[in-house]
Amino acid sequence: MALLTNCDWNTRKKHIADIDEWKKKFSVIHELAVSPDGEKISAIIKGDNDRFTPCVNGVTWPHTFEKAWSLRFGCDGRLTCLAMNDDEWTVATDDQMWEEKYDYVWNLQENRDGECIAVNIKTGGQYGVAVNDKRWENIFFEARDLAISPDGEHTAAIVQTERLDGADTVGFLEGVWSVAVDGHRWDKNFTNVWGVTFSCDSRNVAAEVRTDIRDYTIAVDGNPWNTVFRCVWEPLFNPANGDVTAPVQTERGWTLALNGTVIWDKYFNQLWHQRYNPNSQDIAAVVSPKFGKWTIAINGSPWKETFSDAVLPPVFSPDGTRVAAVIKNKGKWTIAVDGQPWDEVFDMIWNPHFSPDGSRIAAKAERGGDFFVVIDGKVGSPFEACWDPVFSPDGKKLLIRSIDDGAYYRRVCSV
Amino acid sequence: MGEPAENAVVDPGLDEQIKKLTSEKIEGVITKVLTEETAARLDVYMRTCVHCGLCAEACHYCLSHDKDPRFSPVGKVKQTLWEILRRKGKVEPEFIRECARIAFTECNVCRRCSMYCPFGIDIAYLLLVVRRICSLLGVVPQYLQDTVNSHAVTSNQMWVKQDEWIDTLQWQEEDTQDEIKDARIPLDKEGAEIMYSVIGPEPKFLAQLLGNIAFIMNVAGIDWTMPSFDGWDNSNMAMYSGDCESRARIERTHDEAAFKLKVKKIVMGECGHAFRGAVYDGPKGLGWKEPPVPLIHAIQFYYELIRDGKVKIVKKFEGPVTVQDPCNVVRGRGLGKMLRYIMRAVCEDFRDVSPRFEHNYCCGAGGGVINCGPSWKSARVKGNSVKAEQLKATGAKVIITPCHNCHSGIEDIINYYKLGMHVKFFSEILVNAMEIPEELKV
Ligand code: SF4
Ligand code: SF4
Repeated sequence: MALLTNCDWNTRKKHIADIDEWKKKFSVIHELAVSPDGEKISAIIKGDNDRFTPCVNGVTWPHTFEKAWSLRFGCDGRLTCLAMNDDEWTVATDDQMWEEKYDYVWNLQENRDGECIAVNIKTGGQYGVAVNDKRWENIFFEARDLAISPDGEHTAAIVQTERLDGADTVGFLEGVWSVAVDGHRWDKNFTNVWGVTFSCDSRNVAAEVRTDIRDYTIAVDGNPWNTVFRCVWEPLFNPANGDVTAPVQTERGWTLALNGTVIWDKYFNQLWHQRYNPNSQDIAAVVSPKFGKWTIAINGSPWKETFSDAVLPPVFSPDGTRVAAVIKNKGKWTIAVDGQPWDEVFDMIWNPHFSPDGSRIAAKAERGGDFFVVIDGKVGSPFEACWDPVFSPDGKKLLIRSIDDGAYYRRVCSV
Repeated sequence: MGEPAENAVVDPGLDEQIKKLTSEKIEGVITKVLTEETAARLDVYMRTCVHCGLCAEACHYCLSHDKDPRFSPVGKVKQTLWEILRRKGKVEPEFIRECARIAFTECNVCRRCSMYCPFGIDIAYLLLVVRRICSLLGVVPQYLQDTVNSHAVTSNQMWVKQDEWIDTLQWQEEDTQDEIKDARIPLDKEGAEIMYSVIGPEPKFLAQLLGNIAFIMNVAGIDWTMPSFDGWDNSNMAMYSGDCESRARIERTHDEAAFKLKVKKIVMGECGHAFRGAVYDGPKGLGWKEPPVPLIHAIQFYYELIRDGKVKIVKKFEGPVTVQDPCNVVRGRGLGKMLRYIMRAVCEDFRDVSPRFEHNYCCGAGGGVINCGPSWKSARVKGNSVKAEQLKATGAKVIITPCHNCHSGIEDIINYYKLGMHVKFFSEILVNAMEIPEELKV
């Protein structure tokens, strides 16, 4: 956030880089990435001797690699990618390589302020996690997925703790999977583990677990709830008190459970992607109240309007008074706010972003091959490409990062 | 009833698992399935069947066993579900083994028989109900269960680890660059037009198929991507094992990958059951009426590329060649005409099969039957002599199978019946037939 507080919110239009020039210079340019403050644009390019490296605003890193991928700017503005030389993979940030090298690295992630960078690693044929150039001291037969605590102090992954012979279906059911936090595994194993998540205070970890053929529940710090369900989806910690909620499937349908007890009196054909209001105990989630109809429910009460194709995860405004979600209805995408879809529809639309006071919503959208920034349902001018719009911390300005006529511009406009 | 003792196949997934069953457990599971899950559909089918036996003519197992009624569709239901209902779930563990053997290894749930039933009864559905009961009792052929376990852990059916997947794509990208200048397999390209998804055996055993699609996509100039994360596998063996919960999770992971990548559509490789799972049998289990991100099969994708001139055919495949109509894309979704269009576009001497289109015989491998493992192979190929006769009659030397199960199943049939033919995927002949534009040549 500091990056956005301190960045230039006055210059109306800044030419940052000429991408068409890059195309003349480099035979291969991978996907473009832009920094959160819009000041930098980068892509991995193929340079001399067929070696790869990021190009940032037209300047390439001095270090080059046999392979490089997964390029992204962190929210603190640092640029990171995964890179390989001499069959060894590592993480490179702003042209600095980690000292540690691995057989393989993937699933590059950062915590909320960008200070913690973590990856899944394979080393010596075993698996683990590495955080800011330091691997977990314990490695496992396998480690899948990765979660970073909000404060960046902890990481967790799904780990296989015992060897399993090929086609050992009995051993599988007994459970060889668990969760490791900072490399230390939970005491218990499960048949399956998915959806690992940290609490908002970074102290606790919850996950979906399967304990038998059709017994599913949630485990918190290794302890499963007392109740089992037909199925469950990803758990979430209540930011206020550390309670855990999760969508659960019962004989009556899908509903929401808290610490193992059903709390909604409504049941749905489907229920997933729950989200907490930042300022209260309200929970919004994607639901299917009837077969082939989708909407958002808040505390179990669905919006009146339903949509035929899909509804993506709900987003609360920072003050918690409004909810928006990407929806797809009859083949077209748009955003619905508090149950009302925008009139304009698109071939694709990206996540809604609320202004800090919750009064405005902006999103990136695409129609007929042109990209737009849409504010409260009103479509701006077309771009060749653009990225998600960003509100200034005071909510008065909007940062638009776009490509026009082969050049990348950073624009600030008043809203 | 039952397989002759001399033919008894040993499968710990059945033999060992039934030892753990009690009558109470069996009855409890059956009651639960019949009261909570099957609803009116099963009831209507059971009441409607007039036991006429017309469906017998449809089933390749029955035709390949001298029309032995035990192998007829209605015969299989009679030996399993009718008995379960008649005895109100009070059946013994050995009976459950028989149910599992019949439902998992003597039916491809190919739905050919529904077309021969005067009432259109979905007999495959009835045998899937039997599989569901067996699955909840833990009685599933070991190898099939293992693929489902793999799905549950990795979201792919071959225990392909996350790093192995990405590494294989990067390796295939490099290999493609030997033929196409700067060819790419773009990973995680948000906003691409197309997400291409495949089934687990491609990175595990048939990585060249990933190279083929990279070749085709780069020549055709398609805006495409593949996910580096789980959801890249579109297959779904849980759909066939009776594990509805895993089936739903697998389909959701595939859908969520497409949402995350913001693609307009998904193109899937040459696989039939994956199409059934992702397009029409899988989505319903999650509440989708249609797949939330439109999905097309490779047959349609190649059809559109050739029809629209995005790839140009310059050197047709020579020699007599025939085709397999995969049940799940041709009987299931009518892609038979597109399949013939691309066959004729790319082959000099296309010899069609008879019967064909939706009347084609199943390969005998689909419906999870080949996934039941090597111990069931002999029963599988013996149960499909009609397929061998049908293929032989074409006089072709090569069979194109735009489906992984068909590919492996027909290979087994060719070997067993000594047909002297070869099986290929369509992409294998397409890459050799299409033009590489000068500017893309290395
Ligand atoms: S294999 Fe096909 S034709 Fe035979 S019973 Fe099963 S669904 Fe019917
Ligand atoms: S054809 Fe239909 S009605 Fe006749 S026996 Fe078969 S399933 Fe029953």
